[in-house]
Amino acid sequence: MSKQIEHWGKTKSLLWITLIIWAFFAFIIHLFGTSLNGSFPGAYYMAGQGAQLAFVILTFWFASRQNKIDEEFGFSEDD
Amino acid sequence: MLKLGDNFISSLNKVYGLYTLGFLGFVILMAILEMAGVSNTIIGWLFVAFTVLIYALIGVLSRTMQSSQYYVAGREVPAVYNGMATAADWMSGASFIAMAGGIYLNGYPYMGFLVGWTGGYVLVASLIAPYLRKFGCYTVPDFIGTRYGGNLPRVCAVIILVVASFTYVTAQINGTGTVASRALQIPFELGVWIGLAGILFCSMLGGMRAVTWTQVAQYIVLIIAYLIPVFWMSNKLGYGLIPHLAQFDAVSRVQELEGLLGVKELLPTAEAQAEAGKLAALKVGINDASATAMANWKFFTLVLCMMAGTASLPHVLMRYFTTASVKAARQSVGWSLLFICLLYLTAPALATFTKLSLLDPTVATSIIGKSITEVSNLEWIQQWSNVGFLKMVDGNGDGILQVNEFFMRGDIVVLATPEMAGLPYVISGLVAAGGLAAAMSTADGLLLAIANALSHDLYYKVIDPKADTSRRLIVARVLLLFIGAAGAFVASLKLTSILGAVAWAFCFANSGLFFPLVLGVWWKRANKAGAVAGMIGGFGVGFWYLYMVQFGGMTPWYGIDGLRFGMIGMPVSLILMVVVSLMTEEPDQETQDMVDAIRVPKGKAVLAADH
Repeated sequence: MSKQIEHWGKTKSLLWITLIIWAFFAFIIHLFGTSLNGSFPGAYYMAGQGAQLAFVILTFWFASRQNKIDEEFGFSEDD
Repeated sequence: MLKLGDNFISSLNKVYGLYTLGFLGFVILMAILEMAGVSNTIIGWLFVAFTVLIYALIGVLSRTMQSSQYYVAGREVPAVYNGMATAADWMSGASFIAMAGGIYLNGYPYMGFLVGWTGGYVLVASLIAPYLRKFGCYTVPDFIGTRYGGNLPRVCAVIILVVASFTYVTAQINGTGTVASRALQIPFELGVWIGLAGILFCSMLGGMRAVTWTQVAQYIVLIIAYLIPVFWMSNKLGYGLIPHLAQFDAVSRVQELEGLLGVKELLPTAEAQAEAGKLAALKVGINDASATAMANWKFFTLVLCMMAGTASLPHVLMRYFTTASVKAARQSVGWSLLFICLLYLTAPALATFTKLSLLDPTVATSIIGKSITEVSNLEWIQQWSNVGFLKMVDGNGDGILQVNEFFMRGDIVVLATPEMAGLPYVISGLVAAGGLAAAMSTADGLLLAIANALSHDLYYKVIDPKADTSRRLIVARVLLLFIGAAGAFVASLKLTSILGAVAWAFCFANSGLFFPLVLGVWWKRANKAGAVAGMIGGFGVGFWYLYMVQFGGMTPWYGIDGLRFGMIGMPVSLILMVVVSLMTEEPDQETQDMVDAIRVPKGKAVLAADH
């Protein structure tokens, strides 16, 4: 049972890290849109491309990290 | 008769590779026919007929009488293909037809949709989908009903699912009607029923299995159709090979032109706007980032509502029930998002290049600054004014077209761009086929979500638990037929715009389902009373608020309008669920063990494979 608690603890910290990165690209960066705009249209870039690319990378990164956690505790389906 | 066999899964790459080549070959054939002088109407017909026939064929070949095949495609869909199917399921008429137009007309604030409709997948991957896959449910109410116990939570979840998905599906059937009526030159109402017939052919016989494999086929058509015109325009306008990289110079140029042409200063006169009715003129800059606290708040709330809605819409979540494992479900979310982004990252580029083609006086296709008589003689202007999609009103009577005198519907940006930019008609046919694929694939998924919830959760689990498999599957199909017909009927009444209805569906889903789903996994203490209170309270208050703002004449609180009413429903749902759960008894040991079981991928699913 303690193994399960430790596994869930690690899963929860991964969730928090993921959600913090997510919140940064979903909300925080767009609050600074006017300062991102210079000779390059930074606000347009972040809302139209940057955030999306960050989400794609974040989702794949999350999936691989979570799989590693599952494997570490012998909880993955292949074990 | 021919049927998809067991070796189908192992030869997917070959099958869809050939299909993609075949489709490209078909497009080239159409281009040759066009050069040979075949009329536009016939090319439009061929595009629609050919693609819809293929989808229907896949649907018929995937027919099944096994419940696990019908409800979850046998849980054997590889992560990448499920990603493609989810992308098609997800990208609706609103994404394909309306999004670029929305960015064109409403500029930066509208890009909140782009952020919200992609970032929601981070929540799907991290909070919900893999756990529901481990749970082994057939439908979303199946999870709510089993996790919280009893029929009441199940029925509440079914009601929310039906309201959210039905709102959404009428918008999609409306979309198929719009595209079909344009491409086939038939009345809108007839287009709606023809679209419905195609949708039912894809889903009736094979359920989720058929929908999965047609959605993959539809994704391939829609992404080709969306990308080709944008690549073409970027190169034709001389900005560069890859529009996604080239668009930023174009944005700077558009901003320059906005200043020169007075986009933000020249507003339509009241009389001109009255004459144009619901059509809109360009009034917002393309890159005007939120400068006020209110603008920031509106961007934030839109993003949040769309994200939480993404993570609670049943037709999206149920796609992850079809993967072979929990691990595959998680990866599949990444693939879905990647395939979605192929289109979403193109939408702003499309809006920008279209703007350039119309505004930039150095570009041959530009219309602003030219004489109105000259512009009215353009073929595409005539065609689209005939169907009421655009209008020119000479507000100051000088005979020259200014930005505040050109009114249009946002949808036109995607549908008419090939003609605007002077591309051959074959591209217009391709775009019509793509729009149809987008609307059909989403409608398929939604209709199936509704029919499955009613047949599995309401009929089988609540009304007649002794019904055998074949009876259940027949009930599911009859329901599909009735719901489809009801959706087509409502769509033919044209009650709301495509986008309005879609945003409502997201807020219905997040008000009622987001917290019961998330807390069901992440908070063991959440119990039946709390979940029921959260669902009824969140959904009920959200519904009431939408009604008051939209029809009751209430002034929206703090800018929370009909697109964002989840900002009211979600907090109510969360607070009620937590407070009521804490005030009532904690869930029994069996339920707590169930939650422990779904938190690890290893081990048997909570629900049996054939429940």
